[in-house]
Amino acid sequence: MLTPQSEAELAEIIAGASGPLCIQGGGTRGLAIDGEGLSTRGLTGVELYEPGALTLVVRAGTPVAEVEALLAAENQRLAFEPMDHRGLLGTGGEPTIGGVIAAGVSGPRRIQAGSARDHLLGVRFADGAGQIVKNGGRVMKNVTGYDLVKLMCGAHGTLGVLSEVSLKVLPVAEASATVAIEGADLGAAVAAMSAALGSPYDVTGAAYDPEKQTAFIRVEGFADSAAYRCRRLVSELAGFGSPRIEDESAALWRGIRDAAAFQGRAGDIWRISVKPSDAVALAPRLQAEALQFDWGGGLIWALLPAGTDLRPRINVPGHAALVRAGAGTRARLGVFQPQPGPLAALSAGLRRQFDPKGILNPGLMG
Amino acid sequence: MEMPSPNPAILARKARLAERLLAVLPDDAVIQDEAETRAYECDALTAYRCPPLLAVLPRSTQEVSDILRICHEEGVPVVPRGAGTSLAGGALPTADCVILGVARMNGVLETDYGNRIIRVQTGRTNLSVSGAVEEADFFYAPDPSSQLACAIGGNIAMNSGGAHCLKYGVTTNNLLGVTLVMMDGTVVEIGGAHLDAGGLDLLGVICGSEGQLGVVTEATLRILRKPEGARPVLIGYDSNEVAGACVSDIIKAGVLPVAIEFMDRPCIEACEAFAKAGYPMCEALLIVEVEGSPEEIDHQLGLIIEIARSHNPVELREAGDAEEAGRIWLGRKSAFGAMGQINDYMCLDGTIPVSSLPYVLRRIGEMSQEFGLDVANVFHAGDGNMHPLILFDANKPGDLEICEAFGAEILKLCVEAGGCLTGEHGVGIEKRDLMLHQYSATDLEAQLKVKDVFDPRWLLNPAKVFPLAVTEGRRTAAMAAE
Repeated sequence: MLTPQSEAELAEIIAGASGPLCIQGGGTRGLAIDGEGLSTRGLTGVELYEPGALTLVVRAGTPVAEVEALLAAENQRLAFEPMDHRGLLGTGGEPTIGGVIAAGVSGPRRIQAGSARDHLLGVRFADGAGQIVKNGGRVMKNVTGYDLVKLMCGAHGTLGVLSEVSLKVLPVAEASATVAIEGADLGAAVAAMSAALGSPYDVTGAAYDPEKQTAFIRVEGFADSAAYRCRRLVSELAGFGSPRIEDESAALWRGIRDAAAFQGRAGDIWRISVKPSDAVALAPRLQAEALQFDWGGGLIWALLPAGTDLRPRINVPGHAALVRAGAGTRARLGVFQPQPGPLAALSAGLRRQFDPKGILNPGLMG
Repeated sequence: MEMPSPNPAILARKARLAERLLAVLPDDAVIQDEAETRAYECDALTAYRCPPLLAVLPRSTQEVSDILRICHEEGVPVVPRGAGTSLAGGALPTADCVILGVARMNGVLETDYGNRIIRVQTGRTNLSVSGAVEEADFFYAPDPSSQLACAIGGNIAMNSGGAHCLKYGVTTNNLLGVTLVMMDGTVVEIGGAHLDAGGLDLLGVICGSEGQLGVVTEATLRILRKPEGARPVLIGYDSNEVAGACVSDIIKAGVLPVAIEFMDRPCIEACEAFAKAGYPMCEALLIVEVEGSPEEIDHQLGLIIEIARSHNPVELREAGDAEEAGRIWLGRKSAFGAMGQINDYMCLDGTIPVSSLPYVLRRIGEMSQEFGLDVANVFHAGDGNMHPLILFDANKPGDLEICEAFGAEILKLCVEAGGCLTGEHGVGIEKRDLMLHQYSATDLEAQLKVKDVFDPRWLLNPAKVFPLAVTEGRRTAAMAAE
């Protein structure tokens, strides 16, 4: 495993490489590529943290746990609530902030606070020729040139290896509270979540567990306000099931974030993104062994027998990714859904430009 | 402002080009009369003008596709135009270009409150998107000051923001999908009503690319339910440093106001003289607005007022009702008009880290003395986006040039302080030549590579965003290939 200790060393390694490189942060997301391992975990440390400006600049290999601890000390957090894949995938290692950004990982709060890319203000990366490139900066509004910051988020290292990221952070809410709506089938749950998300009560989480027939609606903010909004939701959502205020909130939402319901269960795991209202008719078509819903119904986690190709069953606009499967299935089906021709051509064109030698995670992302 | 000389071969093909366009478009969609094309000779950066070869006003994605295919075949540059409100010259034509205006494409295609999206044609104005969903108490969050006039297409091109971006983000954070027409006429759908599109985030790079990668004809936008209420507080200080510290303390305390506006003394004086909003005369004025339920507003304003008091304000005025709230905002909202009453002015758009605010304001004051031109400052302080207004006399020979030189120095100062050249207006032609102050040649090269992929012949919105010297090789090669 190549583990450069500085950005310059990272650039040098890439410039000198002739064969494929398997780029990773802490290696917790299980995306194996045939090639020499290249990890950013040696590039650690905080470059700048200004709580009063809500900005953090940090090297890519810094563990997420360290970032979160640093922010917590100032009562701030990564508002996009990045998922920790270790439980679901059974991987070891330590999630890094660069890995979170490269994989574009967001959690339940995405529906209200935005996703990882929405909180990414700037990047530094080494492209496939080993050149250091910077884009964006450390301020929240920046329209100076093309926004490569967004392009790098979720590119899984295929356009360049992140060495530093600049993030917008947000205050931790004083209180978090959850309304659980029991006795709701999927249709009622999606309708309830949609009503909640379309209310003025600033909902920051909306998930559904079909096994418990329960929808969960989260609000955050100042304690009195959160309690007030919970009470309003309980009364306004009464038509969809039996709403009540749930006591424990943090562990519940950590579980939803990390798809804990599927941890330790055998089979392949798919992650599907659709329009929430499409989820209702789509769910039975998936013929899954188990399902979980987040983002008001727009994010579907599906557990299927190993080797099943779920994608032909999806008859609505959306996107499916194979999050967990054996190496054979992954090789046969691919992890990411192939894109329509013109988009695939644009993506391939960008990869050729940024990685002319074709060495950065080749084969990944189509 | 230097622009590439028009290609005589293209100028000579005007008649044929018009004929080909008229074969696929209705008569009223092609404007070739010189007097009429003059309406498109500039956008809101009126200091630079150049009538285009032709202007076209399509009504559908198919017509846009036909236009681009023909222009691509003819090797003619195309300058996309929304409502023409760009302050950076983003829609400035060249003499050999076709201006493609999307103003007639202003329909609402789909409104879906359950999934909280609206799909519109991109000629629709920003404010009328909110207008279309107002009856259900929803709104579209990005609120550029030009929102009454500016088009969603232009908002996407410039990744526009506004006063409320601290809480709601800018265009890119509220854009879910686009229909994009490539320069060769190919129509592609990127993203959609679902949140994860998969693949590279092409939507992210198209937003803010200033019309250089393709023409966006339709957009799926996130709409939000209106909060229960909003209320501002006005806080005056006798020093910029203290006002800056107050902003930082409010944010650190965990309150996230929906807007924090900052005005310096010259701006306060001008606004007060114009709007008579009853502002106190002091060095720095903050308007902090919070949203939520009545209880939440009370709680947040309570915290903000406590923090504000700890810095010894000269004035602290909480809005008791809508009328008082309106008066607090009145001066701020008339700032640009007020300055226009006093003099001609140039409005800059730089961004700085909030912590650098006192330093940057002090330096601007010193530079104002050096250049001999007055400056008034109004900021979106929550996100560090500043709009220094440099006053000059357009009728006085040489004043515009001094003003431009001064403006460039201010923008360089923003970069030096850790910020950037433009927060929400875009680069256009206005800040094109300053790009190498923020980015290295390698950084810019990475951006040019994206342009190479989307528009390999370099025909879309030429001579914007990048210094001409940086793009010269590519433009020459493209022209030679025509």
